[in-house]
Amino acid sequence: MSRKSIDGRRPWRIWCLAALLAGSAAADPIHIGSKNSNESYLLSEMAAQLLESEGFVVERRFGLGGTLIAFDALAAGEIDLYMEYTGTLSQAILKLGRDAERPEINRLLAPRQLRLLRPLGFNNTYAIAVRRRQAQALGLRSIGDLADHPALRVAFSHEFLERRDGWPGLAQAYGLHLSATGIEHALAYQAIAEGAIDVTDAYSTDGELLRYDLAQLRDDRRFFPQYLAAPLVRSDIGDKVVKLLNGLGGSLTDGRIQALNAAVVVDGRSFADVAAGFLSERGIGAGAKPDDLWPSLAANTVQHLKLTFSALGAAVAVGLTLSLLIFRHAILARCVIYACGLLQTVPSIALLALLIPLFGIGAAPAVLALFLYSLLPILRNTVMALCAIDPTLLRVAAALGLSRREQIRHVYLPLSMPSVLAGIRTAAVITIGTATLAAFIGAGGLGDPIVTGLALNDVSLILQGAIPAAILAIVTELAFEAVERTLVPGHLRVVQ
Amino acid sequence: MSIVAQLIDVGKAFTGRWVLKGLNLSFPAGLTTAVVGGSGSGKTTLLQLINGVLRADRGEVRVFGEPIPQNRPEPFRRRIGYAVQGAGLFPHLTSRRNVVLVAELEGWSKDVINARYAELIEEMGLPAEIAERYPQQLSGGQQQRLGLCRALMLRPGLLLLDEPFSAVDPITRVGIYERFEHVQRHEGVSALLVTHDMREAVRLGDRLIILKEGRVVRSGPTEEVVRAPNDPYAEQLVNQHL
Repeated sequence: MSRKSIDGRRPWRIWCLAALLAGSAAADPIHIGSKNSNESYLLSEMAAQLLESEGFVVERRFGLGGTLIAFDALAAGEIDLYMEYTGTLSQAILKLGRDAERPEINRLLAPRQLRLLRPLGFNNTYAIAVRRRQAQALGLRSIGDLADHPALRVAFSHEFLERRDGWPGLAQAYGLHLSATGIEHALAYQAIAEGAIDVTDAYSTDGELLRYDLAQLRDDRRFFPQYLAAPLVRSDIGDKVVKLLNGLGGSLTDGRIQALNAAVVVDGRSFADVAAGFLSERGIGAGAKPDDLWPSLAANTVQHLKLTFSALGAAVAVGLTLSLLIFRHAILARCVIYACGLLQTVPSIALLALLIPLFGIGAAPAVLALFLYSLLPILRNTVMALCAIDPTLLRVAAALGLSRREQIRHVYLPLSMPSVLAGIRTAAVITIGTATLAAFIGAGGLGDPIVTGLALNDVSLILQGAIPAAILAIVTELAFEAVERTLVPGHLRVVQ
Repeated sequence: MSIVAQLIDVGKAFTGRWVLKGLNLSFPAGLTTAVVGGSGSGKTTLLQLINGVLRADRGEVRVFGEPIPQNRPEPFRRRIGYAVQGAGLFPHLTSRRNVVLVAELEGWSKDVINARYAELIEEMGLPAEIAERYPQQLSGGQQQRLGLCRALMLRPGLLLLDEPFSAVDPITRVGIYERFEHVQRHEGVSALLVTHDMREAVRLGDRLIILKEGRVVRSGPTEEVVRAPNDPYAEQLVNQHL
């Protein structure tokens, strides 16, 4: 199967495996990723169930936060396959600036030990959508027909409005002179359905096109690239897996995938259910395998605690040491605290994304990001507590003949302990919350069900992550209270 | 009479301003020398020059017949007891731990520590049950006496006292004076008491040094200074306070 070698690049995975001593340690699971879009979840779930029906052990790492995260994860061997589109590969990943066919893509991917399998059949490209009734009334069939109706209100998603291969190129290719405004993609369907706008961009397989009864205008001049969905796998995934996945090739038309997408977003059915339905039509009898709640909850919680406490432990060590080094120098202390404060203002998801080029995906960048977030409360509380110690006590400590080390051990640290503990406690609670975002970069933890639940719009799945995370935060609070009770005499405790 | 500490032409400046100028002083062993002066007279600075917390910018300070060590001053400082106004007890340590901490760091055995602690507590008239109480649970007078126990724990050759009695009420203060005199005689420790209170200085000091704006205006045996101040400022102190 894929390279699960003990290569040191993934000490975390190895550590987890060793710690859990999973019963299935002998069976090497196939890690299937997905991006965090509906269609990606659905296609990956199909692949997962297909492989499971043939006896493979599958580990799902769905909901990776975007194309580059998913691709990096595959290239690094964190996952063994995910579903990608030909257009995305040639434009965003290989940056060819033009459409490429599968043989060319595979030639370019070969040095990276990656391989694009047979496309599933449909083309999920950009589409120009109008209300079906209006299209019929005005006789709109192709994109070029828009030129005859300058009064139509046109609103595109911001990205589409700006991209060279979006509206500017499209208008030029078809000689259109309509004025277009920007709109959030998520709001566009609602807006067009209610008649607030008349024309918008869409993805050609979106279930919403069915839900809101929208028509797609034909791209006669083939302006939009082809986005043929296909499994993107590591070259060493094994012939049997390749054969099985290639068996799905050509099985989905545009209309079929649109209907399956709609079954999820419109009818509210689960990905697993819809995927199973599709596979059983093809005589593959895996059936929807409901995830066992308790084992996955336990595994997610353990992973969450590992992420949180690795980051917190490092932040305590670094925060205390740094505080003791800088607190006597007022200006330096202020600079360091401001720098940490600045880090805190970087949105967590942005910080995670920034760390990917440096550290890849998975636990390492997640722990690093959480560490950076934990640092501020610990550092600030410690420095402030150290600065607030009565100077008489420091003079006495020196005069009694305590060495620097003894002063830190017997005077500085115990006197600042209440405030330091309060800082660590704040950091711990922040970290437990923020760690849920780590799922976006494939680090697992309680964020996993939340991310999946968000893509699925499945509240019960979201709660499977959110409730344990909240309970963890409360338990941590209580644990720190207990620690404070044993470490700090009553009259010195910080009133919370 | 042997000398426990000596200042030879010592000057100390803070940010370019001289707070002590040309001091030549000797402190005889076994006696209590009281340094009297108002605020800003440089008397606390004088103490910190002697235990090496501050360094002289001019001249030489000699303690126990030797210059103050430049590196690793801890063993040297442990030979000098130190007590301050308001006692300066560590709020996170129990009364007992406050007193015995340095002895523990010195590596004294448990038995020796216990014996010494019990001896000091009794000499200073403190009840045994305060041992496990925190400083803030003690009265002001008890805290002050505990501060003196801490200063005396390692049987120092020299005791530096930075107005250690001034934060206590006058009646309690007299009780502490008696205890202190008793212990000081019993232990035979040399003491250097800094105070702004002329009455306290006369009561406890065998010798007086009167400091004004960083200079010595009068020094000598207490009786002599009181009888013949020989200086307008010294005379003013004697007349106003006695």
